[in-house]
Amino acid sequence: MNDHSACAAALLAVDPRGLGGASLRARPGVERDAWIDTLVRLMPGRVACRRIPSNVGDGRLLGGLDLAATLRAGRLVEERGLLAECDGGVAILAMAERASPGMAASLACAMDSGRVAVARDGLERSHHARFLLVALDEGAEPDEQPPAVLLDRVAFHLAPGLEDAPWRADDIAEARRRLPRVSADDAALQALAQAAIALGIGSQRAELLALRAARAHAALQGRIAIEPIDLEVAAHLVLGPRATRIPSPSPPPPPNAPDEAEQNGGEQERAEALQETIVEAAQASLPPGLLGMAGPTASSRGGKAGRSGPALRNGIRGRRIGARRGELQRGARVDLVETLRAAAPWQALRRRARTGRRIVILPQDLRLSRHEAKRRSTAIFVVDASGSAALHRLAEAKGAVLLMLADCYVRRDEVALVAFRGSAADLLLPPTRSLVRAKKCLTALPGGGGTPLAAGLDAAFSAALGARRAGASPLVVLLTDGRANVARDGRPDRASAEAEADQAGTLFVRHAVPSVLVDVSPQPRPQACRLAVAMGARYAPLPRAGAADIAGTVAIEMARHADSLRPA
Amino acid sequence: MKTPTRAARAFPFSAIAGQDEMKLALLIAAIDPSVGGVLVFGDRGTGKSTAVRGLAALLPRVPMVDLPLGATEDRVVGALNLERALAEGVKAFEPGLLARADRGFLYVDEVNLLEDHLVDLLLDVAASGENVVERDGLSVRHPARFVLVGSGNPEEGELRPQLLDRFGLSVEVRTPPDVATRVEVMRRRDAFDREPETFCRGWRREDGKVRARVEDARERLPRVDAGDGVLEGVATLCQKVGTDGLRAELTVFRAARALAALENSPCIGPNHVRRVAPPALRHRLRRDPLDEAGSTPRIERALAEVYPA
Repeated sequence: MNDHSACAAALLAVDPRGLGGASLRARPGVERDAWIDTLVRLMPGRVACRRIPSNVGDGRLLGGLDLAATLRAGRLVEERGLLAECDGGVAILAMAERASPGMAASLACAMDSGRVAVARDGLERSHHARFLLVALDEGAEPDEQPPAVLLDRVAFHLAPGLEDAPWRADDIAEARRRLPRVSADDAALQALAQAAIALGIGSQRAELLALRAARAHAALQGRIAIEPIDLEVAAHLVLGPRATRIPSPSPPPPPNAPDEAEQNGGEQERAEALQETIVEAAQASLPPGLLGMAGPTASSRGGKAGRSGPALRNGIRGRRIGARRGELQRGARVDLVETLRAAAPWQALRRRARTGRRIVILPQDLRLSRHEAKRRSTAIFVVDASGSAALHRLAEAKGAVLLMLADCYVRRDEVALVAFRGSAADLLLPPTRSLVRAKKCLTALPGGGGTPLAAGLDAAFSAALGARRAGASPLVVLLTDGRANVARDGRPDRASAEAEADQAGTLFVRHAVPSVLVDVSPQPRPQACRLAVAMGARYAPLPRAGAADIAGTVAIEMARHADSLRPA
Repeated sequence: MKTPTRAARAFPFSAIAGQDEMKLALLIAAIDPSVGGVLVFGDRGTGKSTAVRGLAALLPRVPMVDLPLGATEDRVVGALNLERALAEGVKAFEPGLLARADRGFLYVDEVNLLEDHLVDLLLDVAASGENVVERDGLSVRHPARFVLVGSGNPEEGELRPQLLDRFGLSVEVRTPPDVATRVEVMRRRDAFDREPETFCRGWRREDGKVRARVEDARERLPRVDAGDGVLEGVATLCQKVGTDGLRAELTVFRAARALAALENSPCIGPNHVRRVAPPALRHRLRRDPLDEAGSTPRIERALAEVYPA
C-alpha cells in the first residue's frame, strides 16, 4: 500500500518537532519493528524510545505524587510522568486504537506545546515533553482507529512494508542543518491548500504538515528550494491517507482566478498544473475503504475517537467522586493521597511522640475512595434499511431514530447504530456519545435490497454483549417490519429467513438483553409481533404511536433497565 | 511552588487569519467579563487554543490560567498545603488554579472531556465570583472572578446541554472553505514556526493596536449609552427566538455594549446587536440538536424582523 514508509522515517528524523510523528497501521511484526529501528537509526545522536501502554492512567502519564517516596522522605516527592520521560525521544503508543479520549487529549496537548503541565495531588509542575509520537495502530476493523486528535497531529499514516532506507545518520544531520533555509513559494502553498480541499480534508493541520514534509524532503535531497517532486512526496505521504473523497477529474478553478489570472497568467497556469500533479500523487495513497464507501460515511469513520478503552479501570466500577473517612473493610479502596492529606497536619506532633518513623498514619486518618456506580446506558439502534422497509417508511424510521438520539443526547447515553440490507448487517457506528457522528452515519444510510433480519439481530446481539462487557447496560431498539427474506447464508429464502430471525431473537431472552421492537410497516403484521415475543421485546407499532411517542417509550425503557442494573 | 510558565512565544492574536466571530467573542469577554464565559466549538486545526493563548499574550496584565488535562480537584479549588503540613505540621491553605485566575481568564481546552463535576464547579464559581473551600479541615473563601473559556471538538462528544447556556457566548468555528484563507493561514503559521521572533516583531504593532482598543473600550464601557429602543429590541429578539429567562437578554445587551465600546461608538446601535446576537443566543435556543442548519438561521430571521434593513 504505502511505498514511501522508509522515506517517511527519514523525513521524521529531519524534522521531528515539525512533523509530529507517525501512525503505523500494522499487526505486531517484523515490518513494524524494522520501521521503528530505521527511524531510531536515522535520528542523529542517541535517541531513547519509551513505550506508553494505551491503558495507562492519568497519574502515570502526567505524573503526580510519588507516594512511596513521599512517605519515606516525609516531604513531597514528585513522580515524573511518562510524557515528561519521553522528552527528547520517541514515544511509542502501544495499541493506539484503544487509547481513551482523555489520554489522547493529554498526548495532543503535549505535542502542541512541547510541555506537560501537571496539577495533581497537591503538586503543580510543568516539564518539557518534546517527543516524536509513533502510534501503533493494531485495529482490525476499519473503524478501529487511533483517536482523531492524534491522527490529526502526526504527519504520516503508514502501513509500513520492508524497505531499505538509503540514508545514513550523517545525511540526516546534514539535512537538518539545511532545513531552516528551505523556502517555499506561493505556488506551493496554493497547490497544497487546493489539493487538501479537493480531497475533502477538513483540518488545516494537514496542509501545514504536508508543507513541512515537502520542506524536509527538499532538505534531504540537498536542495534549498521546494520543487514539485517534494510536494508530490508530501501529498502522497500526508494528504492521500487523509482524503475523505475522491477528487473530481478536473479541479475547479480557484475563486480569485479572474483578476490574478490577468496579472500573471503564466503563474496561475503553473499553479494549476502543479495542483493536478499533487492530487494525482495523493490519489496513489487514498485510504483503502474510500472507493467502496458512500462519501459522508467515509469522513465520519475517519472521525472515530478511541472509544473502546476499557470502562472499568483497575476493577473499580464507576467514576471516582471523592473520598470519605472510614474503616478498612472488604472491597474498600484506600485513597492514599487523601489519607496522607488527613494525616499531614499531625505529623510534627506525632513525630515527637513516636520515634523512628518519618510519617505516622493512624486509623482515623484513613480515607476511602467513593465511586459513583452509575452505569452508562447504550442504546443500540438496529435499522432495517432493506427494500421492503425503504418502500414503506425508512424515512420515518430515520426520523424516529433521530428523535431518540436527541433524547439520548440529553441524558448523556451512548448510542450505536446497526443497519441491515442486501445480504449483510453492519455496525455502522460503535457506541458513542457524539451526536454529530451518529447523525452523519444515519443520513448517509442508503435503502433497498433484501432483508437479512437474522444477520441484523446477530450484529445487534454481539454489540449488546460488547456494551455489557464495557460496563454499560444495553438496550436494543429494532426498527423493522418483521419481514425477512434473506437467510444467514445470503440465499433469498423467505421461510428459512423468518425461522432464523425468530431463532436469533431467542438469544435476547436467554441473555436477558432488553429490547424494543418498533414496527415500521403501515399495517402492522403478525411477523413483527411474533418476533417481539420471541425476543421478549416491548412491541411498539409506529403507525399508531408517533415518532415522539416511541422516543418516549425508549426513554422509559432505558431508565428502567439502567436502574435495575445499578448496583445497590 | 513552581507555576507552569506561559509558552515562550505565542502566535500573535492579530495574525490569526479569518475566524472573526471567535476573535470578536474573546475581545468582548476581555472588555466586559460580566458577559460570561466563551465556548469555542468546532473543527480540528482551526486555531481555537491559538486564539486564546494569543489573547493572553496580548493582555500581559490579565492572568490567563490553563487548566491542564487530568487536573485534580484539590489543585483546582485549592487545598491543604501538603508540603508545609508534612514538613512543619502547619495547616496552611494552598490556593488553587481558581485563585490564580482571579480577574483574568481560565482556559479549559477539550472542555467536553473534563469530568462533569469539575465543569459544574467551574461554572458555579465563575457565576458567583467566589471560591468557597471546605475541605481538609480548612474553611477558606476568596474572590475568583474569571472568564471561563472552553474549547473543544463536537466529534469527541458534545457538552451537556444543561451546561451550554451557562456560557455567555458560544462560537462555532469551521475550517475556512476558500483557498485564499487557507493559504494565508498556512503562510503565517509557517513563517511563525520558522522564525517566531521575526514574525512576532512584525505583528507587534498590530497586536499593540488591538491591546489599545481593548483597554480604551474597558475605559469607555461605563459611559456607553443604550441607544433608543435598544433594550426593547433585544427583548423582542429574545422573545422571537424563544429563549427564556433574563440571562439571554442581559448577555446580548452586555455584549452589544462591549462591542459599541470597542468600536468607539457613544451608544449601542442595531448594528452592534445584530453582530453579537448569534454568539450570545445560539446555544440557548430550545432546539432539536439534530437540526442540520442549527439555530443561527433562526436568529438571523428574527434579527431581520426586529431590525428591518
